[in-house]
Amino acid sequence: MDTLHPLVDALISLMLIIGALFTLVGGIGLARFGDFFMRLHAPTKATTLGVGGVLIAAMVYSWASGRFGVPELLITLFLFITAPVSANLMAKAALHLKVQSKAGRPAVFDDGAETSGKRS
Amino acid sequence: MATGTSHPKRWLAHPFMSAIIAASWLLLQQSFAVPQLITATVLALLLPRALAGFLGPQVKVSSWATVVRFTGIVLWDIVVSNITVAKIVLNPAREPQPAWVPVPLDIRHPNGIALLATVITTTPGTVSCVIDEDRHEILVHALDCSDPAAMAQDIKNRYERPLREIFE
Amino acid sequence: MMPLALDIAVAAVALAMLLCAFRLFRGPEVTDRLLALDTLYINVVALVVLLGIRQQTELLFEAALIVAMLGFVSTVALARYLTRGDVIE
Repeated sequence: MDTLHPLVDALISLMLIIGALFTLVGGIGLARFGDFFMRLHAPTKATTLGVGGVLIAAMVYSWASGRFGVPELLITLFLFITAPVSANLMAKAALHLKVQSKAGRPAVFDDGAETSGKRS
Repeated sequence: MATGTSHPKRWLAHPFMSAIIAASWLLLQQSFAVPQLITATVLALLLPRALAGFLGPQVKVSSWATVVRFTGIVLWDIVVSNITVAKIVLNPAREPQPAWVPVPLDIRHPNGIALLATVITTTPGTVSCVIDEDRHEILVHALDCSDPAAMAQDIKNRYERPLREIFE
Repeated sequence: MMPLALDIAVAAVALAMLLCAFRLFRGPEVTDRLLALDTLYINVVALVVLLGIRQQTELLFEAALIVAMLGFVSTVALARYLTRGDVIE
């Protein structure tokens, strides 16, 4: 940790701070918003980029200290692929359970509650 | 997917996926020693074959230039969307107006639809909630949207058109 | 500069986890708790990665990969349970 180039050090610090702040924003959104579907936005976006920032910092740090930051890359890819899928499944569960939404209940959904289980 | 049984099982039906599996195995082990190479080859051959029923037919990409351009657009939009959502979250004075936005689909390729839904979820203030393959429609929940029709048109122009160029 | 940034990042992620815990206990809907749990998993991944940088070990990154996978699978299983009433048909 003590032999890093100052620029690399600054880059890692910047990515760490950005990532952590976006993670925090995700948490705040989760606690603050008024209904489930609005809360769904905060973690799926902010947290993905937040963890992405932290992981980029980890990757740069690995490269800078002469290792090959592969697990970090795999975690980033995995999170970016899975976050939309779990968001979609949670939204479907909420619609199925008729969770209240400030935007009202979508008109098209009332008759076919089980028609859309194909994306698995 | 219903296409599972309609095509025969072949070895290496998904060369791209095999390459990804082999690469991620070797990268996880962080070594290119002979045993790891053998394991990677076996996994790359066996896994796509075992999953053939789920994967459907091999995807043919018609325009790699569009793929690169589309990736750029999406990465840029992810950053912009995060800043937009962060602004809404951190501004207690402004109550966002959520809305349901039905997006009618012209794209028919199942992988294209799945990718479109993924992209919608990762970009500005929108989560794709229901993918209705019978009605050819994605139901999107928008965090802050005053004009659902304009937003649907925006999604179609920005994401669906390049995806159709790629898949169809 | 990096140790300071690490401290700030750990504090921010811990605070985010507290907010998730608030939503986990508060509800009000069961899907809210599920969402909180999913977010908590992602935040744990961030925290484990931060610890990995701080302790300068590669091992923890693989632990983070496993946490990410477990988080995704459990979210999918719970969401399916809420939608269908069972996990495997």
